[in-house]
Amino acid sequence: MHWIEGIVQGILLGGLYAQYALGMALMFGVMKIVNVTHGDLVILLALIGISLADLAGIGPWSVLATLVPIGAAIGWLLQRAMLNRVVGNDPLPSLIATFGLSIALQNAMLVVWSANTRSLPGGGIQQASVEIGPLFVGVLPLIVLICATLLTGGLDAVLRFTRYGRSLRAASADVEAAAMVGVNPKAVYATATAIAVGILGFAATFQAMRSTVAPADGPFQLIYAFEAVIIGGLGSVWGAFTGAMILGVSQAIGFRINPGFGILAGHVVFLAVLAIRPQGIFQRKS
Amino acid sequence: MTTLLSTHGLVAGYGDMRALHGIDFAIGPGETVALIGANGAGKSTLLRAIMGLLPVAADMVTLDGAPVGGAAPHRMVQSGVAIVPEGRRLFAGMTVDENLRVASEHAATPQGTPWTQERVYNLFPILREKARTPVENLSGGQQQMVSIGRGLLAQPRVLLCDEISLGLAPRVVREIYEVLPQVTGQGTALVLVEQDVSLAQRASQRLYCLLEGRITLEGRSGDISREDISAAYFGASHALD
Ligand SMILES: Nc1ncnc2c1ncn2[C@@H]1O[C@H](COP(=O)(O)OP(=O)(O)O)[C@@H](O)[C@H]1O
Ligand SMILES: [Mg+2]
Repeated sequence: MHWIEGIVQGILLGGLYAQYALGMALMFGVMKIVNVTHGDLVILLALIGISLADLAGIGPWSVLATLVPIGAAIGWLLQRAMLNRVVGNDPLPSLIATFGLSIALQNAMLVVWSANTRSLPGGGIQQASVEIGPLFVGVLPLIVLICATLLTGGLDAVLRFTRYGRSLRAASADVEAAAMVGVNPKAVYATATAIAVGILGFAATFQAMRSTVAPADGPFQLIYAFEAVIIGGLGSVWGAFTGAMILGVSQAIGFRINPGFGILAGHVVFLAVLAIRPQGIFQRKS
Repeated sequence: MTTLLSTHGLVAGYGDMRALHGIDFAIGPGETVALIGANGAGKSTLLRAIMGLLPVAADMVTLDGAPVGGAAPHRMVQSGVAIVPEGRRLFAGMTVDENLRVASEHAATPQGTPWTQERVYNLFPILREKARTPVENLSGGQQQMVSIGRGLLAQPRVLLCDEISLGLAPRVVREIYEVLPQVTGQGTALVLVEQDVSLAQRASQRLYCLLEGRITLEGRSGDISREDISAAYFGASHALD
């Protein structure tokens, strides 16, 4: 019972991690861009959302509906203004460029929002739970998991079955060859980063509702996203989803063993996967 | 001859290294022009420069008389120039069908009868059977057919082909060259970069020979002698032999 509960909690936590990880699967896995600001953008969007709720008096679902387009706009701008200059087969230039931006973002958020932790009022939904069999499951974590599943399925379908998805996969396979058949790689990449950061609008809303956020929290979200993507295997969005589940379950079970061991257990599983199956669980060896 | 695509004193290179020193090249609608020359002569560089893959000045490349040099490759595709690149450059991890679809989904506005995936499959029936196969599982010849199909589906008025016979069995090379008249038949101009000089001569109406980034010979393919070609191909020192 104890363990089943742990696994269920872990899967629910994985739903949130999957929302961090999807954008990274797109940027790192597909475009080979390392975006160190990934976690900071979650926090930035969350803080914007909290301030919006505060100032405009809007509810959490309106915040979500606002943050997704704001995230998409930020992502598009980030790619156009910065990442398109450093994109290539080598992820190092993007890492260096966004590392600087990450520090600047954290400092700017500290100036605007101070170091206080904040959260987004959910109008009671945080306390609601449903009885599933022998377990009580929180309504909010369940919504998060359902959203994560739908987002993953939607993104996977876009990549596989749409004109846009084909052009993005072509550009990530061989960017020059894609340009040679008429694809405009910079426009395709700008849209991809818009999608990636737009999804972070979901992550930001749910993160702020489930727990708290503060300007310096970004690196944690970055690490969880990164670990989920690596565990699942680069370039597969369902892989990133499953990686997020594995990470969530590892943390939840570790927490049951010893509350101090929770986060560490996730890192240990990540390192174990890296050692045993460096290409990730879902990736064929190339 | 009406000129469709031409270059004017085109210079291009890689960083500080200049690989082409003033190339004047022209091709008309429906024409097949061969580009020959030893390894490293600059043939691929010329095609890449035309395609917008290397920086060149605007007036060094003209299409329908308008300067287009240095335009981004996807813009060149939109104006009707496509390339079958050296080394095929297919999209790994995607099927034959998907590789072809990417091209047809970003094609130029067709001028004559549009190229469809169906027509490409009629040219190369084996590709129809392999439509759902990831391209990395195809043989070299089949991969080359996909690459040519991709070029055609861009609906080009000029198709630049870079060593499409490289590494293929003679039977496959014949198969590929046999379909080329169907391409030029509808007015598409073909630039053929080819290692096999006699094949290049037979398949083209005119040819250019490149040596160390300069054109050393230009003329009607049927009129040029073996001696002239080998002099132009290897340089004057060898011609004395
Ligand atoms: N990517 C590159 N970087 C630097 N030099 C190159 C590159 N590609 C080709 N070159 C050089 O440019 C010259 C012309 O090469 P290329 O156009 O590929 O010749 P060809 O296609 O006729 O064999 C050669 O000296 C070659 O070494
Ligand atoms: Mg070459």
